[in-house]
This record gives sequence, C-alpha cells and structure tokens, in this order.
Amino acid sequence: VSISRDIERYAGLFASRTRVMKSSAMRDLMAVTARPEVISLAGGLPDTSTFPPDTFAAVTQRIAAESCAKALQYGPTEGLDETKACIAQVMAAEEMRADPEDVVVTTGGQQVIDLVTKTLIDPGDVVIAEGPTYPGAVPVFSSYQAEVVQVDVDADGMRLDLLEETLEKLDREGRRPKFIYTVPSFQNPAGVTMSLARRKRLVELAHERELLVLEDNPYGLLRYEGAATPPLYKLDGGVYVMYLGTFSKILSPGVRLGWVVAPPPVLEKINLGKQAADLCTSTLSQLMVQAYFEQSRWRDYVDSLTEIYRARRDTMLDALADHFPPQAEWTRPGGGLFIWATLPDFIDTTDLLARALRENVAFVPGEAAYLDGRGRSSMRLNFSGCDDDDIREGIRRIGEVVTEQVALYGTLTGEERRQAPVASRQGEGAGAEVLRMPSRAERERRATP
Amino acid sequence: VSRVAVLKGGRSLERQVSLRSGARVQDALERLGHEVVAIDAGTDLIRRLREASPEVAFVAMHGRDGEDGTIQELLEILGIPYTGSGVLACVRAMDKVLAKHLMGEAGIPTPEFFAFNETAFRELGAADALQAIEERLDFPIVVKPSSQGSALGIKFARTAADVPAALVAAFSYDDKVLLERHVAGRDLAVSILDGEPLPIVEAVPQSEDFYDFESRYEIGRTSFVCPAALPDGATERAQELAVRTYRLLGCYGFARVDLMLDEAGELAVLEANPIPGLTDTSLLPQAAEAAGVGFDELVGRILELAFSRTPVA
Repeated sequence: VSISRDIERYAGLFASRTRVMKSSAMRDLMAVTARPEVISLAGGLPDTSTFPPDTFAAVTQRIAAESCAKALQYGPTEGLDETKACIAQVMAAEEMRADPEDVVVTTGGQQVIDLVTKTLIDPGDVVIAEGPTYPGAVPVFSSYQAEVVQVDVDADGMRLDLLEETLEKLDREGRRPKFIYTVPSFQNPAGVTMSLARRKRLVELAHERELLVLEDNPYGLLRYEGAATPPLYKLDGGVYVMYLGTFSKILSPGVRLGWVVAPPPVLEKINLGKQAADLCTSTLSQLMVQAYFEQSRWRDYVDSLTEIYRARRDTMLDALADHFPPQAEWTRPGGGLFIWATLPDFIDTTDLLARALRENVAFVPGEAAYLDGRGRSSMRLNFSGCDDDDIREGIRRIGEVVTEQVALYGTLTGEERRQAPVASRQGEGAGAEVLRMPSRAERERRATP
Repeated sequence: VSRVAVLKGGRSLERQVSLRSGARVQDALERLGHEVVAIDAGTDLIRRLREASPEVAFVAMHGRDGEDGTIQELLEILGIPYTGSGVLACVRAMDKVLAKHLMGEAGIPTPEFFAFNETAFRELGAADALQAIEERLDFPIVVKPSSQGSALGIKFARTAADVPAALVAAFSYDDKVLLERHVAGRDLAVSILDGEPLPIVEAVPQSEDFYDFESRYEIGRTSFVCPAALPDGATERAQELAVRTYRLLGCYGFARVDLMLDEAGELAVLEANPIPGLTDTSLLPQAAEAAGVGFDELVGRILELAFSRTPVA
C-alpha cells in the first residue's frame, strides 16, 4: 500500500497557479550570491549609503513632533494627499501631469504590476512584454497564469515591427492581449531606451486597437547622457497608458512606495484589489516621503545619485572592454542600473553562474528575463550597487571564466580560431542592434566640449 | 540529552536545501530534548564550534564541503563525534568517477561511462576521442559534473552537436566530468539506515522532460511512490545492490543510493549520496516513514550512531 507522502499531502491543497511559479536551479544558485564574500552584480540595488543620516533623523523627528498619531494609523487605500503632492512633483520633473484623483499610492512599484495583472488577467489571457523583460515581473505574470508573449528589444527598445506582427498573429488566432508591459526608459534588464518614434507608434497602436499599456518607469530620472525622451504617459495623456512610478530608485526602496496612474474605471478596480491585498500603503512611509520632500531638495539627491551611477556605468563599460572576450556583446545604457551582456550561444549563463560563484562573483542569468526559456546566453549586470573596485574586479572575474569557457569550447570542437557567433542574432537576447562599446578615448573625446 | 551542533548551509550550491534540512533536524532534536546550537558553516566555523563545544555534531550539509569529506575532516581534527559517513566514504561517494570505478571493480552494475578532467581536453587532445566515446555510448548521452550532488549541471546530449556545450556546462561545476550511457527506465532511491535498506521510493515524473533540475525537485512535477511497486524480486535486488554499494564505499549511519530499473528489468546504480536531503519533501524521511520510523526517531537514531562509530585509526 502506498502511503501518502508529506509532499503530496500538501500538494493536493495547492492552487493550480502555484504550479507555474518559477523555482529553479537559478534560485538555488542565487541563494549563494547573498554570501558576503561574493561580489554581486546580480542585485538591482540602488546605493543608499550616500543618503544623509541627518536628513533621515530630521525627517523622523518631524513626524514624531507633528504627525505621530497619524503616522501610526491606517490611511486611505488610495494613499495620502500629501504623498500624492510629492508624486506630482516627481512626475512634473518628466513633464507629466496627473490628476491626484487618478493616482493610487502603492507598496512599491512591484505592487502595481501585481494589481494591474490581478485586475486585467484571467488564466490564459495574453500579456505582451519585452524580451528580455523585468525579471521581477515574471513571477507576477506566472502566478496569475497569464500567457506572456515576449517581443524582442533592440538598441531602440521594443521592436514595434515585431509587436505589430505579434498583434496581427494574435488577431488571427482570435486572441486579444489585455495589456502591453514595457519599461521604455533604460530598460531592466537590457538597459536600452525606446526611441521617440517607437513611443509615438506604440501610443498610436494602443489607440487604434484599444489596448492598455503599462509603462513601468523607475529609472527615467536616472539619465546619464542625452536628452530626455517623453514618457508614453505624456504622449498618450493617460487614455490607454497606465503609468507606474516609484520612489525606490530616486529615494529609497526601503520605504516601499510606488504609485499607479490609470484611467478612472481601471483605477477603481485596482483600488479594490489593493484594499484586498493590504488595505493601504504604510502611512509611516508616506509621511516620511512628505517630510523629506518638504525639507530637502529631492532633485539634488537624484542628481548626486546620477553622478555616482554614471561613473560606475563607465567603470563597468571599461572593465567589459578590458576583460570580456571579443565574442561577447553588451548594451551601453544611457541611464538606469543595468547592462545586458550576450555571450556565444554555447555558453549557458545559469551554468556559468555556478562557475562564477566559485570565483565569488554573481550576475543574473538571462533566462530570468524570459518565460519561454530564451536568454540562456545572456546576463544582466548591475552597476549601481557596487563601488568601482568591486565592479572592476567582478567583471574581471566573470571575463576570466567566460574566456576560459570560450577557449574550452574551441578545444572541444577543434575550432579554436573560429569566431563563435554571438547568441543574439535572431531573437535570443537583447539582440539585433546591440551597441558596440565606444573606447575610453572616444568617450573622453565626446565628453570634452 | 546532549549538546548538539547542527551544521547547515555553507557555500555549496545546495545551500538552500541544506538550510531546510538543518532547520528540520534542529526542531526534531529539540523535541527529543537535546540542547541545539545551529551553525551556518562559514569562515568562522571552527571558532563557533570551539565556542559551542558540542558533544556531537549533526552534519546537515549537502554537496561541496558537507558531503565531500571536508567538514568531516575538520570534525575529526577537533575531536567532535559527528553523524553519518566518515571522511573516506564521503570522498568516495561524492566523486562519482571514483565511486563508479569502485562499483565496476566490485561487480555492481553502473552505466558505462568515460570521465575526463579539463586538462585532458586542454592539454592531451581528448576532444579527438569524443567521437569514439559517442559511438560507444549511443545518444542520448548524459554529461555530468563528477562531484555535484544535485541535478545541477547534468545535461542530456541528444546528438554529437550537443556534446561540446554540455561539457562546457558540466565543467562549470567541477574540474572533472563524466559522459555516461543513458539508462531509460524507472528512477529508484534506496535509503539506508544503519546498514539496513528502507522501502524504495520511486520518482515518477509528471512532465515530459524529466531531465532537468526543476521538474525533479519541484512539488507537483514529480510524484513519489513509496514503497515502489516493482516487478517480482526487483525490490530485493535493488535493496541488495544499494546495501552492497553502501558497504563498498564505507558509508556509515545513513545514505541514499539512486538506481535505475531499465525496461529489460536490469538494475544499475547511478550514485550514492552520503548525506541525502532531510527536508519535508526529501526521500530518506519518506522511506523511513514508510518503514514506520517517524522523523524524530530517524534523527534520534542517526545521532545515536554518531557515538558508536569505530574510531578512525
């Protein structure tokens, strides 16, 4: 007689949506990356070490003196008006205006992805995302059993020609996507930015086809060069574009404060979803942000972060040029926190991570950014969370193991001198028009007026 | 009642599983009335062991360090009795190449294989021998790192074109890899407690492609049957092979031996795990329960055995 096993005893109780949640070799590998001796280029961590403790103290004292009872109390589900005033300032910095009535304050930007998906997706419904897409969105889409169709990006962001093809194809199959999820500026993980022409076309398409777009814009203000590209929300005026904003990258991810702007009927459902999820966003966090905005120049802090991250990006780009083999390619982000590197297709970056961990260095394997098993030869590298020395050393170590594997593959196939193809040519990875990294001399020339 | 140090975590790629095994062992030991000190094995391991001065150590670590004899060696030096296999058995079992050679010599069936380290390819032109190996083993060929405890890094090369990339992947985990004949059939695990075999657990894949890490360890994607319903005599033969393997490698206390039962009814031993998982979804605890040994009792017996080990000469 078979006895019922522990595992099966519980398995019978699990909702079917848990079956598609990703848990993997990668998660086991990532558990090792948290150890202190590991240089982790895997995180998406902003550097919070330069935030002035005096400011933090003043903010908390102010709350203690002026709004202690309120800070300790529940708040409205949609968020405090004081917080919405700060949100208006942040959006104005990118020339956007939103009616406070159309804003819901959320527990981080991540909650927006969750609430929008919860609001719009029945199991089997289609979401269109970029390929690669934000790895943190993958488990959200999976847990609502969305069917995710990923549209490749190139140096100008999501490829609209492929998007149109995809929409046509879905049309023919009688399936209508519920929304398009995009990180148009300094994309996570690819680091690329959608061009203005494509943004205009995307908004046009949304109007033509009555499609919702979720614009995730955590990095728009972390711009290291070039002119700002207007957010989709600004181009569309909030008709079909839902906007996700966050304080995580311009102030602190620890306050867990984000927001969503959406058309009123959608927002109403999102609000109900939020009420069910957590009643309201932390009042304490909201008042901290308000106090901070009132007594400090938040733009100055963003500017200081921008300076730090720009230098780190340059350090990483230089290190990549110095240490990665010629068969590798990578993007050159004009802002944000990430570089996306693509290796020859015989290298599986999940396995490579195991090798890299032996050298105490970590990155995010590209497969984390796909739901369909692609991306296996790419990796996401974060440059905001480590200092220059760690970035240089981390990239040197990764470069060494990649070089070693390229050489080994050459030995195994007897084609040492052959230039192996980069995986990204068709579909795989951030692909098509991955930028070549300009030399240090070129960059210096450009920087000199 | 003893003062027990539970060693868990560490740097191995199976850190997560080990933390879960360790936590569960801790709870069991506490229920049994022992004083428990949990240690996540890191650079301060020796210092923390000296501070804690336990009477015995329960090693709940999997993979590198915990299962390859390293931790055991350190415990020998410190003179702390510990659970499970000693240094030599760990060295033999964790090194699949060594274990399979020993099995071959002892007449224990194990899938045909060829093993190489990177030097063989880099400096001795072993790549030129790949074709001969491929002809000898037939496709698909299993390519795996010699010492990885879990399924990480195991690749199935379906054609000759897959072999180089599979080797590169396997070398990510270890300097030594093996190419092994693939045995299609039923996946069996024989757990052994104090030299005696427990009821067999069969892993039945739910998804089509069984050959990846995810499906093998994921709830809902593999179901486990215990005791496995096998053809006449197969249970006894599998248990006997497992016990012979356990003895051959010099295991002590407990272990798990994984075997395949092919379509012709032939058994082959794949590997022995000196410290199999002890989580709530692991196979050894399931097998013990099927034999009427609850988790606390299992942990209690493994602990007792640590005190009755014959000292290493």
